[in-house]
Amino acid sequence: MKKSHILILVVIAAAIGIIVSTAGDASTYVTFDEAHAMWTSGNKKEIHVVGELKKDKEGHIIGIEEGADKVSFSFLMVDDNGREQKVTYNQPMPADFTRSEKVVVIGSYEDDHFTASKILLKCPSKYQDQNVNV
Amino acid sequence: MHYLVGDLGHLFVITSFITAFVTALAYFKAVTVSTLDKKALWLQNGKVSFYIHAVAVLGISVTLFVIISNHYFEYHYAYNYSDRKLPVYYLISTFWNGQEGSFLLWMFWHALLGVIIIHTNKFWEAPVMTIFALVQAFLASMILGVVIPGLNVKIGSSPFILLRDAMRDAPIFAAQPEFVPKDGNGLNPLLQNYWMVIHPPTLFLGFASTLVPFSFCIAGLWLKKYRDWVRPALPWALFSGAVLGLGILMGGYWAYETLNFGGYWNWDPVENAVYVPWLILIASIHTMITYKNSETALKASIVLVIAVFVLILYSTFLTRSGVLGDASVHSFTDLGLSGQLLIYLFFFTIIAVALSIYRWKEIPSTEKEASVYSREFWIFIGALTLSLMGFQVLIPTSIPVWNSIIALFGGSSNLAPPADQIGFYSNFQLWFAVIVGLLSGIGQFFWWKKIDKEQLKKELTAPALIALVLFALIITLGQIYTVPLIVLTFAGVFTLVANIKIFSSIIKSSPGLSGGAVAHIGIGLILIGIMFSAGYSKVVSLNNTGMLISSEFSKEFNRDNLLLFVNEPRTMWGYDIEYLGERLEPRFHGGYIRKSDVTTTADPDVVIVKTAMKVDGTSYAPKDTIEVRGENTFYEIQLRRGQKKYTLFPRAQINPEMGGLLVSPDIYRTVSADLYTHVSSVMKPSEEGEWSKLEELKVKLDQEFFANDYVATLQSVDRIFEVEGVVLTNEDVAVKATVRVKGEQGEYIAEPLFIIKDKMVGRIPDEIKDLGLRITLMNIHPETSEFTIGLNTRQKDWVVIKALEKPYINLLWFGTLVLMAGFGIAMTRRIREFRKMKAKGLE
Repeated sequence: MKKSHILILVVIAAAIGIIVSTAGDASTYVTFDEAHAMWTSGNKKEIHVVGELKKDKEGHIIGIEEGADKVSFSFLMVDDNGREQKVTYNQPMPADFTRSEKVVVIGSYEDDHFTASKILLKCPSKYQDQNVNV
Repeated sequence: MHYLVGDLGHLFVITSFITAFVTALAYFKAVTVSTLDKKALWLQNGKVSFYIHAVAVLGISVTLFVIISNHYFEYHYAYNYSDRKLPVYYLISTFWNGQEGSFLLWMFWHALLGVIIIHTNKFWEAPVMTIFALVQAFLASMILGVVIPGLNVKIGSSPFILLRDAMRDAPIFAAQPEFVPKDGNGLNPLLQNYWMVIHPPTLFLGFASTLVPFSFCIAGLWLKKYRDWVRPALPWALFSGAVLGLGILMGGYWAYETLNFGGYWNWDPVENAVYVPWLILIASIHTMITYKNSETALKASIVLVIAVFVLILYSTFLTRSGVLGDASVHSFTDLGLSGQLLIYLFFFTIIAVALSIYRWKEIPSTEKEASVYSREFWIFIGALTLSLMGFQVLIPTSIPVWNSIIALFGGSSNLAPPADQIGFYSNFQLWFAVIVGLLSGIGQFFWWKKIDKEQLKKELTAPALIALVLFALIITLGQIYTVPLIVLTFAGVFTLVANIKIFSSIIKSSPGLSGGAVAHIGIGLILIGIMFSAGYSKVVSLNNTGMLISSEFSKEFNRDNLLLFVNEPRTMWGYDIEYLGERLEPRFHGGYIRKSDVTTTADPDVVIVKTAMKVDGTSYAPKDTIEVRGENTFYEIQLRRGQKKYTLFPRAQINPEMGGLLVSPDIYRTVSADLYTHVSSVMKPSEEGEWSKLEELKVKLDQEFFANDYVATLQSVDRIFEVEGVVLTNEDVAVKATVRVKGEQGEYIAEPLFIIKDKMVGRIPDEIKDLGLRITLMNIHPETSEFTIGLNTRQKDWVVIKALEKPYINLLWFGTLVLMAGFGIAMTRRIREFRKMKAKGLE
């Protein structure tokens, strides 16, 4: 076998290894029910949950509480299946949090509440922001 | 309303779009026509239209800047990204704060690079500029903002759109179409940092410069000059490698210094989108150098150079199309350009790939395989490693794209990017970095073509031994016991020692050739710096009082944070640490002012001086107003050891847009480590704790008395005729007492007021925040020339801090600068080479 052939084989093997490991280490998008089931079965892997902030009838966001240290907070989130869940976050509120259309929390259950290690937001396009400061 | 400037800007945009097409066409003709006089004519046409294009791009930039700097808030761009308080340098950064402006910045660099190419390259001008102009046409289309009639398709998003057109449904515009807001939304205070001024232009210059090697490569394939494109492309590739690398470094340093991400690199998709093309760019530089020296790796160079540019386009798509929406902490708004971005990406990918496939068989390559004992073999392995390193980052970063593709074919995928990005990527990248480190040490000892085994052994023995000794020292002294980190340390030390040896042997004979050695010394330093700072950063602000800061906080928080009361020293990291109080930052002058030395006003950005002071060379007299950054509070913290004193000013910023309180660290740098300190909990202005019971005492003028154990003097009592917020008539009397208090850190002044208005007594106390002291003028006794002073005290001000020790992180920054210097030396060498050949008529 020529050296170049060995090289090609090694590169292909490495590439496949990378793809397989990516698939293995990748997180998943789940609902709070599934996340809770994972936690009770002892699976501590961090997962993604997509949902919205809880709002009252008039569309005001409710359930946001500032943490005691002022640089953390918790909020109520409703996932795509409609399950409501308290989520705590050990960092300050991210930019545009209350304006977000959709929230993605990455983390896992800790007892009865979900602890997010990261929060991602899907914000409406800026042209839809129809408030002008007069 | 200033319509003219916007119309002018729009005209420039359209001009730049059309002239880009005309340029491309003219240069295309110049390449393809056969007669010489026609060729000259088309060349002339191309050059003129590109100049018009460049002027138009400059025109867009100038008009946009006129709109921003004159605060024409009728324009959406000015309203959304700037306000009246921003100083000039942040107004400049407003320019690229929005997506449209960053496209414009990119176009601007392309236009500049295009002009340089026209002036330096006669032979390659036509084909290279054809590609350049095509790219410019695509970029100009992104800011076109034109709706095609009939199809109702909008092309691009214009920076010159009026606010009322951007916000059609805002009620105010229905009532008042001519309404112009008084002030804009401003630049997010977190971004008000000098990095915001210099980082984006550097990064975009890096982006823009990758177009040059790509254009040369495509031109080479097009003209069948398969070998000749490498020489003019190489200096540009090195330039690009240096600038893009510098841009990445700046981003990392900004994150470390201001954004309080804790680290300098988070493997966020946005960071990865720049990192991957850079790795491939470095790989392409290596194969191009190989080709120049040994005629091998030409095909690899072509593939890699094309891959770099395609990856730049792909990152643009990733970060601007909104596809990362669920995957990145950086929120990107979709301007509806996804389709256009995809066409841009596919257009150049397909052209480049199709052309290379078409010409593949004709590209010269060597039949003979490179020997294992040759430099080209090991460089090639290095390039492969760098490519795989990029591939490993690219695949997971693209997970949202894979999901979209699956969705496109009707499937559904719930795959998400790895939750612990830092852990996931570091695991792989560490081992790639080890290979890169070892290769960049070993590779330097091989000669081109072939080296004798015995010779190699002789050359390698000394550096390997020195590296082993140094390595053992670092492992022992640094107490490094984790296997991957031990291996990484060895790789770093080895490449460092090996390249220092190479450097010292060529610096005397031919310093111009030392670029490679210098760059690889940088790599060695970077690896060691990463190893220490990533593996051995530790919390030093351990709570050693045995008391909880608050039972409301988590166990970790109570353990890793230190509660400091004002003027009460603690010990930390072998230093005495003392909190001295809250400070404000003047907007237009340096230094920090004590909050206790000024009174606040209704405007949070304006304060009034109480006592004469001199801060950082600027003198302030009582009653002066100082403009400050009201949203920022700094916490002065002093570190002392023996005679050494150092002051830290970590910051907390009230930033409603970012959801409340944001903290930024301050960093105490020593040679061996950074002490990275930030506040982790602060007092709220509203809850200053409870005041003690009022204590009254009678004093005479200039008499000393004790206030909360501080020596105080009643210095004067004067009648005043104006009190803020109170209307005084002739009948009314207002008196101001001036009390001086000697604190641990200098004197403070309190100015309580005593007012008789409408025959009723009113008292306005004054507070010295740093001392937790409130002073009231209770009563005046003219018969005995005495005054009754009321004193309240409260718990002293406090702050909770967290401090981390980041050992040897300076090696990382220093190593990166060394790497850049290496690029610079190499680039100079290649430019000289290019000039020499150009003088001979070979471009």
